[in-house]
Amino acid sequence: MMQAVGYGADPRIRWTEWLPWLAAVAVFFLLPEYLSLGARILVFILFALSLDLVLGYAGVITLGHSAFFGLGAYVAGILAAKFGITDPLLLLAAAALAAGVLGIATGAVILRTHGLTQLMLTLAIAAVCLEIANKATPITGGADGLSGIKIDPIFGAFRFDMFGRTAYVYCLITLFCGWWLVRRIIYSPFGATLTGIRENEVRMHAIGVPVYRRLVIAYTVSAMIAGVAGALLTQTNQFVGLNVLGFEPSGELLVMLVLGGAGRLYGAFVGPLVYMIAQDQLAKQFPEYWYLGIGLILVLVVMFARGGILGITDGLIARFRRPA
Amino acid sequence: MEAFLSSLVSIAFHGVAYGMILYVISVGLSVTMGLMGFVNLAHGVFAMAGGYILTAGLSRFGLSFPVALTLAFFLVAAGSVVLERLLYSRLYGVDELEQVLFTIGLIFIAVAVAQIIFGTLQQPVVLPDYVKGQFPLLGRDFPAYRVFLIAFSTVMIAALWFGVERTRWGAMVRAAVDNRAMAQSIGINTRRLFTLTFALGSGLAGLGGALGAEIIAIQPTYPFEHLVYFLIVVSIGGLGSLRGPFLAALLIGITDTACKYWVPHFGAFFIYVATIGLLLWRPAGLFGRRV
Repeated sequence: MMQAVGYGADPRIRWTEWLPWLAAVAVFFLLPEYLSLGARILVFILFALSLDLVLGYAGVITLGHSAFFGLGAYVAGILAAKFGITDPLLLLAAAALAAGVLGIATGAVILRTHGLTQLMLTLAIAAVCLEIANKATPITGGADGLSGIKIDPIFGAFRFDMFGRTAYVYCLITLFCGWWLVRRIIYSPFGATLTGIRENEVRMHAIGVPVYRRLVIAYTVSAMIAGVAGALLTQTNQFVGLNVLGFEPSGELLVMLVLGGAGRLYGAFVGPLVYMIAQDQLAKQFPEYWYLGIGLILVLVVMFARGGILGITDGLIARFRRPA
Repeated sequence: MEAFLSSLVSIAFHGVAYGMILYVISVGLSVTMGLMGFVNLAHGVFAMAGGYILTAGLSRFGLSFPVALTLAFFLVAAGSVVLERLLYSRLYGVDELEQVLFTIGLIFIAVAVAQIIFGTLQQPVVLPDYVKGQFPLLGRDFPAYRVFLIAFSTVMIAALWFGVERTRWGAMVRAAVDNRAMAQSIGINTRRLFTLTFALGSGLAGLGGALGAEIIAIQPTYPFEHLVYFLIVVSIGGLGSLRGPFLAALLIGITDTACKYWVPHFGAFFIYVATIGLLLWRPAGLFGRRV
């Protein structure tokens, strides 16, 4: 049974939904040495949230979501390093705008197609972006990456410090805004039509939902959020590399989301958290076995646990409650 | 002018050799996707496995070239049957997303296993002397191995087409691609048919990977790096078709070679843009059925 989330469910924020934020604030005070990892995790949660909207809720399978993330990262990086625009919030807005434009342009095209063609188009668009970033060396730095990015203090007051304290709080607040937006969308009638399209597109057509337009809007919003996540990564790292683009980051993101549970708001929180902490602990010592592990987990999740970690938890809770 | 013509001939020749390899690798993907509608992103894994079997067979175990090629075909085909029976068959008819995730998972596993066994370096291909050197043709010298590649692939493809167009098995495959429910109801065992076809397609991929080891370098990231190309061949060619992917593969092989020769700065850029354009023009591919 799917958890009753979406239109018709009570849209008020339950008390349990404040717990992740309390935990995030607690991390800030209790684990100061992990703040830079924490900021990275927050960025990827935001990125996963954007994918969850199109893939988990609207059911659009994309292997090219890194195009928007990478575009946001590069727009923020290039504006800061080459054009001297260093205001962090302005950069976030520019990244969102650029990713939104790419999102509406590509979304208008790929959402007309289905199946393999759609998959192939998302992949090809991401590949084109990677190819451009790789070859336009004077602007993007090519394979060496883009460095020399300087970011002003936020509101002229909060400087990005070397302990990552500002970056962490900055990412946390941005993520909170993104979460609020996505949550509003999912609990709205608009969000309900997205889920409807995922479940049965023909029937949504039949009851008069403008399917194509809804999908394009969702895709564009998702692209903008992914662009903001990319810009956040640039600002906290002060560096952009080619690894933000292409098939592999898209694939990794997919793994994170599915691990947490796609089509659930908090799957996008749990997945990146578990994945990146495990990566931080294991990947450096055993790089080959890390990939082996990811692959095995993906296969196992698909075969036995389609709801991801949260799906398993829901199942356990349901089993625990039934006898009582 | 002379130099231009000569470069043209050379591009056509290398492009055709590359296209043939792409076709031998990808044709199985087209048929399995057309037959079961299974989105198998892990098809490149079979090609990589074939490449490793050949390179390891030649350099580590001192096998002769024909034996190593044969092994690449049969071992990969046998391995794919095991995978198909154990794993793939559980996912027929489920969500596309789950098939995508499952096959990406297989890619990750294959990449890791290849790294653990063979390391991250590119595998050297030790070709026997009789396919090395130059082959004189019409007053020009061509690399003998590429000539062999083209000739061998042509024979393989001819055999495959004969099999699909003229034999009873081929007729059953075509019937199942056209309308699986109908084929089933007239008594064709589509499951067994699919297992056989899957094995043949994967075996061909293994053979293609082995033959092309010199052109498409055998290294652990192989299934990731070349996935886009295999998928392009299938999606431009059209699912479930034999001729479509053939033309698409030749087109891509020649275009890619020409781009790398004349405008190396743009890399694969043109291929991707052309793919996007073509798919917008004909979403079902050049020769695909409209669904």
